[in-house]
Amino acid sequence: MTALTIQNLWKEYGDQIVLESVSLTIAPRAFVALVGPSGCGKTTFLRMLLGQERQTRGTILMDGLPLPPEPGPDRGVVYQRYSVFPHLTALQNVMLGPEFQAARLAGRLWGAKRRALVDKAAALLAEVGLAGAEGKFPAQLSGGMQQRLALAQTLMMRPKLLLLDEPFGALDPGIRTEIHALMRRLWHEHTMTVVMVTHDMREAFALATRVIAFDRPRNRPEERERYGATITNDIAIWPPRVAGRQTIYDADIPASQDDLTRFAIHSGTPRSVAGA
Amino acid sequence: MRLINIHPGKGERFLLAALPFVLLALAYLIGSALRLADNPGDKLLPSLASMGRMIEVMGFTPDKRTGDYLLWTDTAASLFRLWTGLAIATAIALVLGLLNGVLPVARAMLAPFVAFLSMVPPLALLPVLFIVLGLGEVSKIALIVIGVAPILTRDLALTAADLPREQIVKAETLSASSWLIAWRVVLPQVMPRLIDSLRLQLGPAFLFLIAAEAISAEGGLGYRIFLVRRYLSMDIIFPYVIWITLLAVAMDLGLRLIRRRLYPWAGVQA
Repeated sequence: MTALTIQNLWKEYGDQIVLESVSLTIAPRAFVALVGPSGCGKTTFLRMLLGQERQTRGTILMDGLPLPPEPGPDRGVVYQRYSVFPHLTALQNVMLGPEFQAARLAGRLWGAKRRALVDKAAALLAEVGLAGAEGKFPAQLSGGMQQRLALAQTLMMRPKLLLLDEPFGALDPGIRTEIHALMRRLWHEHTMTVVMVTHDMREAFALATRVIAFDRPRNRPEERERYGATITNDIAIWPPRVAGRQTIYDADIPASQDDLTRFAIHSGTPRSVAGA
Repeated sequence: MRLINIHPGKGERFLLAALPFVLLALAYLIGSALRLADNPGDKLLPSLASMGRMIEVMGFTPDKRTGDYLLWTDTAASLFRLWTGLAIATAIALVLGLLNGVLPVARAMLAPFVAFLSMVPPLALLPVLFIVLGLGEVSKIALIVIGVAPILTRDLALTAADLPREQIVKAETLSASSWLIAWRVVLPQVMPRLIDSLRLQLGPAFLFLIAAEAISAEGGLGYRIFLVRRYLSMDIIFPYVIWITLLAVAMDLGLRLIRRRLYPWAGVQA
């Protein structure tokens, strides 16, 4: 149950102010989508949550404690590219995190421990729809499969906070719809808070519990240097989605639910409504 | 059909590849025959038969003075120097290159120094090596190390530093320490490139070896070539040069095979 409190966050690169006075509280198990135009600091904000970059001013608290200054296993990340290791097979990619954790010197496991980990990793690969691809290298997988692999690799660490940096931006619409269904299911089943940067508004509203828009309130050319972006919109999705509980939008609806052209077909079917 | 769109088939490719070799051999044979017709005592372009005789003498007849088969003792001596030198250079490059590529602190300290060292012309150091380390094996091996290691190191560091930053951060989120990142993320990914740059350094390594042997040695391929030069024995020099070339080609192929066998992912394209 991981809550984030961001207080008066500023990020400057030299004279250039990228983000200014960002204050935000993210509830445990929320799924927050960050949207906004290119160059508005969404990714910079995500990197600060990750620990890859330090804020210039302000504090980020995770469960009330200041964020460690470098990335760690409590915060997982999936990027649009380079999220998996090209020199490891799918199975090895998923096993890597636990191997790092268990063997601080060799970074590898042998014997019974290894076999147990192989089983666990294979089960997770099957869960994300990659059964049968265990021995393949990432370059032999399609873009969608690579992102599924990246999710599985990250989830092996049971991160408290999952950070997604335009993870599905490079995928075909059909593949994207499928992986949205997976993402939604993973969010329900794993105890984590998700923050996702995306360009795709439909994706943001299809997945998130809350959509936050970053933008520059002052955007004249002479102002761009000295005024950064900040939160301009904060939209709670209605009806609310609750992790681990089905709501009227997350009932037993097939993967095509956010494909609006097929939505009409399903609109007449009864839905098992549970929770609120 | 445009020329750029004509692709040779398998058999044609083999023929085309063989063509320059055949042409070179033909040119040599014709030149040699013409010169020998003019002057049967000509030493510049010896006939195949006289080269064959010298191969027999050097490779398959014991030397009168020592009882050794000279071609093989020369080969053994040279390969020992070459391989020891390359092995030491590779080990140095691995350690320094990884430190350099992975740790910003090490990079700040080492990168300018290695860049400076790699600009020292190794052959200019040869007299220094002979004076300091003596005329034995150590100075020859040291020359190869000094000539090859800085370039391998820089190449390795560049390759390591070129890995996407995302991968390093990703490894951190998987709880890797600096050591584990170097060991399981960076090292395996720079190895194919290290093998490739080792292949490229085979030529310079042979250059340093032969230069050192030419100046002072008691055996070795380069030593022999420079020894028999005094007698204009082209019938020994040519087979030796071809033999050295074959050795280098075999090593190049061997390294390529190792690379493909150990790092299959490096050949996989999306």
